[in-house]
Amino acid sequence: MRNIAIIAKREIKGYFTTPLAYIFIVIFLAMSGAFAFYIGGFFNREQASLATFFLYHPWLYLMLVPAIAMRLWAEERKTGTIEILMTLPISTSEAVLGKYLAAWGFTGIALTLTFPMWITVNVLGEPDNGVILAGYLGSFFMAGAFLAIGSCISALTKNQVIAFIVAATVCFLFTMSGLELVLSFFRGWAPEILVRTIASMSFLTHFGAILKGVIDIRDLIFFGTLIAFWLFANVIIIDLKKAA
Amino acid sequence: MFDFGRPDEEAATGLNNKINRQPLGITTMAEKIVLNGLTKKFGPILAVDNISLSVATGEVLGFLGPNGAGKSTTMRMLTGFIEPTSGTAEVCGLDITRHPVEIKRRIGYLPEGAPTYGDMTPESYLGFIAEIRGFNGPEIRRRIEAVTKKVDIGSVMRQPIDTLSKGFKRRVGLAQAMLHDPEILIMDEPTDGLDPNQKHQVRKLIREMSADRAIIISTHILEEVEAVCSRAVIIAHGRLLADSTPEELLSRAPDHNAVMITVDTNKSDAVKKTLEGLDAVKNTRSEKTANGDTRLVIRPKKGKLIADDVSQLLRSKNIPVQEMFVERGSLDDVFRKITKDGKSAGGGTNA
Repeated sequence: MRNIAIIAKREIKGYFTTPLAYIFIVIFLAMSGAFAFYIGGFFNREQASLATFFLYHPWLYLMLVPAIAMRLWAEERKTGTIEILMTLPISTSEAVLGKYLAAWGFTGIALTLTFPMWITVNVLGEPDNGVILAGYLGSFFMAGAFLAIGSCISALTKNQVIAFIVAATVCFLFTMSGLELVLSFFRGWAPEILVRTIASMSFLTHFGAILKGVIDIRDLIFFGTLIAFWLFANVIIIDLKKAA
Repeated sequence: MFDFGRPDEEAATGLNNKINRQPLGITTMAEKIVLNGLTKKFGPILAVDNISLSVATGEVLGFLGPNGAGKSTTMRMLTGFIEPTSGTAEVCGLDITRHPVEIKRRIGYLPEGAPTYGDMTPESYLGFIAEIRGFNGPEIRRRIEAVTKKVDIGSVMRQPIDTLSKGFKRRVGLAQAMLHDPEILIMDEPTDGLDPNQKHQVRKLIREMSADRAIIISTHILEEVEAVCSRAVIIAHGRLLADSTPEELLSRAPDHNAVMITVDTNKSDAVKKTLEGLDAVKNTRSEKTANGDTRLVIRPKKGKLIADDVSQLLRSKNIPVQEMFVERGSLDDVFRKITKDGKSAGGGTNA
């Protein structure tokens, strides 16, 4: 635990000693606001809710989270610092978790900084704050799932651009897998059970369910399992590269 | 599993192909690092080929070899960064693949190129290293201060490492490796990129630390081997070609203990004849100097010293000599001889 915390602390500090953190936060805030107000018609709907704000989070994460995740391991490999990190007296899982939790915590900070939206709806009307809390929780977990995918893929390469593109693509497939666009591709030939499995992997479906304000434990378990799976794969990949 | 008490028997049976040359005075105890048949393949490429050696406390072992010889790969296996394809590496009696964390605790490692987190300052970087190495509170400060003084980076502690010169970066890397006062130090080209004064300083540091530690450094600066190493191994194409003391390696130089004299070119043939008459002389060679004189290189027979004989002979025959000196031979020559002649692997090195 101690080692995970030390690594996470170093990582988080690292975000804020470079412009990366500030640029990410500014862009995240600007775009989440812009989507909610202009595309989502936040005011026109005359509803005291953050539904239009959360609605675009999957699409925002699709672009921004792989950008955070791409450097997690690829950069260490490129600069050679991975050789320092992995010869310190820590286990691979501690390194993976420490780095991941720092990145997740960082997206959590960015997400928290959208609180003026929450204040705004509370000033303008009487929203259901339970639903809003559920939205934040769902959004945070979804970001975590995107990040776990990105972290794992970042461990495969030392090229950050490749890490970004592959991670964004995989995240896109997970986001879209519940939509007819993806499903109809499988429906022609794949057995029903596979189609349903793919559909059940959809981030949009699970996130949508949480947004309704019903925190179904199964939706959180879905994201949690996904995170665990990709981080586990992350550890395996790093250990495999050691033996390669 | 290894019986260090009976190296001769082991060598005689050739059981595990171990090279048992040990420095004087160190016999049975304190073997900190034992490599046995260590092999690494990257796909079809054989990077390290069946290397066996051991290093004891008090030794500074120099890894010598051309670029791409497998020095760094060997170090990476030893520090647990990569896993061997076959063979074992034991550190403090523990197997590296089975007890990686325990071993990493005891090793200080400077990887090739001395990578560091460039956006951190030396202060925060060393703070991170100290924490992850398990130090707490005031001990962290104390450790950092001590190691900072050792490598002389006190003036740049608050600048981002990225903005530092190559020499400072290397020394921050060294500080990282030495911070926890490890019993085993493994340094991949520790003086690369340092100026002569800093090189001198780092070599002095390594010598000072060597008494109660086992140290491995890699280098391709051969004078460094003479300056700091108590033992040197030469690696090329992943194979261990020689394992000996720097002095012994030096004695393999073709011109080791040869006497050089410079004489008038007109008389050089006569002088050459005279000198070849000496018992201990193996052969002579002549070469022109820049100002038209002739330099004679008189090589002794193996193990003989001829300076005295040569000078007496010259004096008795009244031959005027412009200069005369004894050549030590250079490790460069030995290195070239051994690495180009890959056949010297195996038998010859164990002699």
